[in-house]
Order: sequence, then structure tokens, then C-alpha cells
Amino acid sequence: MNMEMLLATGIGAMTAVGVYLILHRRTFPVIMGLTFLSYAVNVFLFAMGRLAIDLPPIVSKTAAGYTDPLPQALVLTAIVITFGMTALIVVLSLRAYLETGSDDVGLGVKPARDDADARRDGAAP
Amino acid sequence: MNNHWLILPVAIPAMTAAMLVLAQAYGLTIQRALSVGATAIQLATAIGLYMLAGDGEPRVYLLGNWPAPFGIVLVLDRLAATMLLLTGVLAIGVVLASLGDWDRKGRHFHALLQFQLMGINGAFLTGDLFNLFVFFEVLLIASYGLMLHGSGPRRLRAGFHYISINLIGSTVFLFAVGTIYAVTGTLNMADLAVKVPQVAAGNEALLSAGALLLFTVFAIKSAMVPFHWWLPPTYGTTSPAAAAVFAIMTKVGAYSIIRVYTLIFGADAGPLAGIVTPWILPAAIVTLVLGTIGVLASRGLRDLACYSLIASMGTVLIALGLFTAESLAAALYYAVQSTLTSAALFLLAGLLVNDADGRSPSPATAGPLSHGTLFAGLYFLLAIAMVGMPPLAGFIGKLLILDAARTGPHIVAVWSAILITGLLLTIGFARAGIDTFWRKPQAGARIAATRTAPILPTAVVAAMIAVLAALSLLAGPIMDDMTATANQLLQPQTYIRAVLESRPSAAFVGE
Repeated sequence: MNMEMLLATGIGAMTAVGVYLILHRRTFPVIMGLTFLSYAVNVFLFAMGRLAIDLPPIVSKTAAGYTDPLPQALVLTAIVITFGMTALIVVLSLRAYLETGSDDVGLGVKPARDDADARRDGAAP
Repeated sequence: MNNHWLILPVAIPAMTAAMLVLAQAYGLTIQRALSVGATAIQLATAIGLYMLAGDGEPRVYLLGNWPAPFGIVLVLDRLAATMLLLTGVLAIGVVLASLGDWDRKGRHFHALLQFQLMGINGAFLTGDLFNLFVFFEVLLIASYGLMLHGSGPRRLRAGFHYISINLIGSTVFLFAVGTIYAVTGTLNMADLAVKVPQVAAGNEALLSAGALLLFTVFAIKSAMVPFHWWLPPTYGTTSPAAAAVFAIMTKVGAYSIIRVYTLIFGADAGPLAGIVTPWILPAAIVTLVLGTIGVLASRGLRDLACYSLIASMGTVLIALGLFTAESLAAALYYAVQSTLTSAALFLLAGLLVNDADGRSPSPATAGPLSHGTLFAGLYFLLAIAMVGMPPLAGFIGKLLILDAARTGPHIVAVWSAILITGLLLTIGFARAGIDTFWRKPQAGARIAATRTAPILPTAVVAAMIAVLAALSLLAGPIMDDMTATANQLLQPQTYIRAVLESRPSAAFVGE
């Protein structure tokens, strides 16, 4: 199996997992889904300058050729931004859970965990 | 030659925001003074830049003195200058209105607002696609903070939705940018405009996928159907001052559509010319219709303001979707006036509801207002502006859009959509006004209006209405400017040449 195939299926699998998790109705899977999507896009961005093996991105006297340095800079920026965003949304959902007593993503505010949720989780609240 | 004025709309709020965070320890008064001062300077800068751009020559600022297309450029053309000026006017209004009470509900309101302004100004100025993404993120991160400002369970719920949808939007943006870079090898907008027509035949499909993904992102930002669901819960639950400043965020989406699909994928883009034209007009008409239905179904002034914002975005996007000089000019005029109208409506709605929880007033508790006549009068004027009745600017904007569609093939769809929704909007606004101001309070109902009329926010709403009247009175000269802007957009060669032929300043080059 060549590297392009591996990379493409990897990005595809991560995107699929991300989309599947985002469609859940509780905050934690949604956040995991967003994280998977951002992983997928980071790898995708990395590959957009084409795949090159054993080539440096910065100027060097001995280099035979170069890999495209721009995607690497873009990926760094994207990683930093998504990291900050993920941290924010984790804190937000935690705060929402503490204030409303439910981690449902629906807009209706429930005062406490309802019985159906507690039964499904199989644990006493 | 570098014109350092161009960096000021980004630099001033960035530095002010940092100072405001530090000033937190010294109390609210000093923060307010700093914030008002900085916003006033931004408005003055925006006026200066508008004058500068008035000669039709795009100005280019090379960040770090790197030559284009290798470095990031800021470009000031007529469109960017118009949007900067609009942001400046809106910002000073919102800052002044927030001084009454709203900035006291939580910490760091002014710092967040300045960061938000930095992101918005940067998005309008940048000439680089990835830099546009970065400024989008800046304005979004600040908007998350502003949206949650003051907190409360309802706001937290809506905030989770808002952040999630925008994170997904950012991911799609990155996919789009990656695809476009993979095909063209550049992200500078002017350079892209040169490279896109030359794309190899085998790569056309890939590039159109990138272009349409990008359009999806801008559609999310501009609340275009089917991506408009996030807007009412977000804007309806946040604090009024935040909602007022958010009124321009949808216009950032509209601005990006104009910029990217006139410059990069415009008429000169070869096989990809007009790639979004088939999508934008139908989506815009549905947006307008759904926004209007939302207005009819709203139960309070906050909901009404949200859905009328969606309807006004539909109107702007209809005019955009025609992509002629007349329609672009009309779209800009309508966008400017509807931003101010929406913002004033959010502020007014905030005044009429004691919204600790961001809830809309129920008719039963709207009660006797302390300054009922004044508020009803302001509401009446804003309703006139929003539904597009004479004499305020909304009427002229809609008239211009109808006139722009008159000669085209879409006259039936556009005219019937705008005219019928205009009637329905009038009904919706009239009913909401009756519910709020004329309904008899039930016995023992809580009085919802604030006990003393907050002077500053009320004055800001009145001032925004005055600006709308001025837009209406000066519609002739303003439309001359807007037409010049539209013509500049439809002839992107001057923009491309200005960017690609710009040279680093000699003063800073050297070993």
C-alpha cells in the first residue's frame, strides 16, 4: 500500500468518525467529533503541498530538493487555533453541565438530569 | 511604498484590548475611557481611510515588508474602506450604549469588544485567503466571549451550538483553503485571481470543489439558508450590546462572498467564472422568505430582531446574487443601512426587556412603560427602516435592488420575493409593536421596563436612526460612491496590479 493511499484513507476515516460523533446529542461526543475533524483537516493541510520524503522545508546547502514549507506553517497556525477553540468549548460545556445539570446539547434547559438519561446511563445521579 | 495608515484599524484595537485586560485591576471607569477613546480613534481612522480610498486607487500594505505574493498583504480598496467605516460607526454606537449597564454584567466586556473589532477590521482589509481565516478566527473567538458575556444557562446552551457550528465552519474553511492551495500553489487573493484562469483542465473539478466549500463557509457566516439556524438562539440570548455588534458579523460573510467571487472567481476566472451564481440567488430568496416567516412567528422583540436580520441578509444576498454593477451597489447600500437598523433594533429590544436571562418579554409582562411614547416612537421608526417603507434608508435600498433586477431575467422571482415579504414584514412588525406597546397589562403584572430610562443607549438608538435618515437624505452622493465601488469590484485588474506590482519599502530593505 503506498503512502498516498494510507494518508487519504486516514483522513477519510477520521472525518467519518468526526461527523458520526458530531451527530450525537450529548456534549462530550460532539467535542470528540470536533477534535477528530480538526485532526483530519490538519493532516489534509499537511498533504496539500504534496507528499515528499526526506526533503527539508528550509534552505540548506546539501539539500537535493525541498518540500513545500508553507503548509507546515499553516498547519501550525491551524493546530494552535483549534487547540484554543477546543479548550474553550470543553470549559463551556463543563460550565453548562454544572449550571443546568444536563449535558444534552438541546436548547431546552432542564433543571436536572431527567430520568431517561439516568436510566440509560445505568447509574444513580 | 508602504502606507502605514492601513495597519491602524487592526493595530489600534489589538493594543487597546491588551491594555484593557491590564486595566481590569483599576476599575471600570478607566476601561470605559480607554475603550471609548480607542473606538473614536478607529472611527476617525476609518473616515481617513475612506477619503484615501476615494480616488479609486487600491492601497497595499506589505506586512513585514515581504513582497507579494510571498508575504501577507493588507489591501484597502473602496469596498474595504466602506466596510471599515460602517464598523467604526457601529462600534462607537455599541460602546456608548454598553456604558449604561451592559458592560457591568461580567468582566472584560470592552477587551472582548476590541478584539472583535480587530478581527472584523482585519477580515475587511486582508488580501490573503489564509489570513482571512485567521481574522475570522480572531473575530469568532472574541464573539464567543462576547456572546457568553454575563452568562446564564440559556446563553451557555446557545453558546455551545454557536461555537460548535463555527468550529465546523472553520474546519470546512481549512479544507477549502487546502484544496485551493493544492491546485494553485498560492493563497494571495490577487495572485489567485491570476492563477485560477490558468488552471489545468484536469484540476478544474478540484478547484471548483474548493471554491464551493469556501462558499459554504461564507454562507454559514452570512446566515444563508440552509445555514441560518444558529443565528436566532445565539443573537436572541446574548446581551443586547453583543447582539448589536454581531449585526456586522453576518456582513463579514457577505463581504467575503463579494470579495472572493468578484476577484478570484469573477468574470475573468475562465472555466470557473461565476461558479456560485446558480446557488446564491435561490438560496437568498429562501433566506428572505424564511426570515420573514420567522418574523411573523416571533414572540418577542429579541426574536423579531433576529429573524428580521436574517430577512435583511436575504435581501442583501439577492442583490449580490445578480452580480451586476447596479445590484452590487444596491447590495452595499442596503447592507450598510440594515446593519445599523438591526443593531439599533437589538439595542432597543434590550432596553425593553429586563433580560437577566436573555428571555423575550411576554406580552403579559411588557406592562406600562416608563417612557412608552419615546420607545414606541423609536420602535416605529426602526420598523419603518427594516420593512423598507419611506422615508428611511430601507425603502431606498429595496427600491435600488428592485431597480437593479428590473432589466435582468430574474425580475419575477426577485420582485415577488421582495414585495410580498415586505408586506408580511410590515404585518409582523405591526403586530409585535401592538403586543409590546398597546396591550393592556394584566392585573398585577410585573413592570418590565427599567425604572429610569437609560439615557445613553436610548440616545444611541436615536442617533442610529438619525444616521439612517442621513443615509436616506444623502442617498444620491452615497450611491455615486457605491456605484464606483461596484465598478471597481467588477474590474479587478487594478486591484491585482496594485498588489502584485507593490514593492517593499527601500527604507527597510538592506543587509
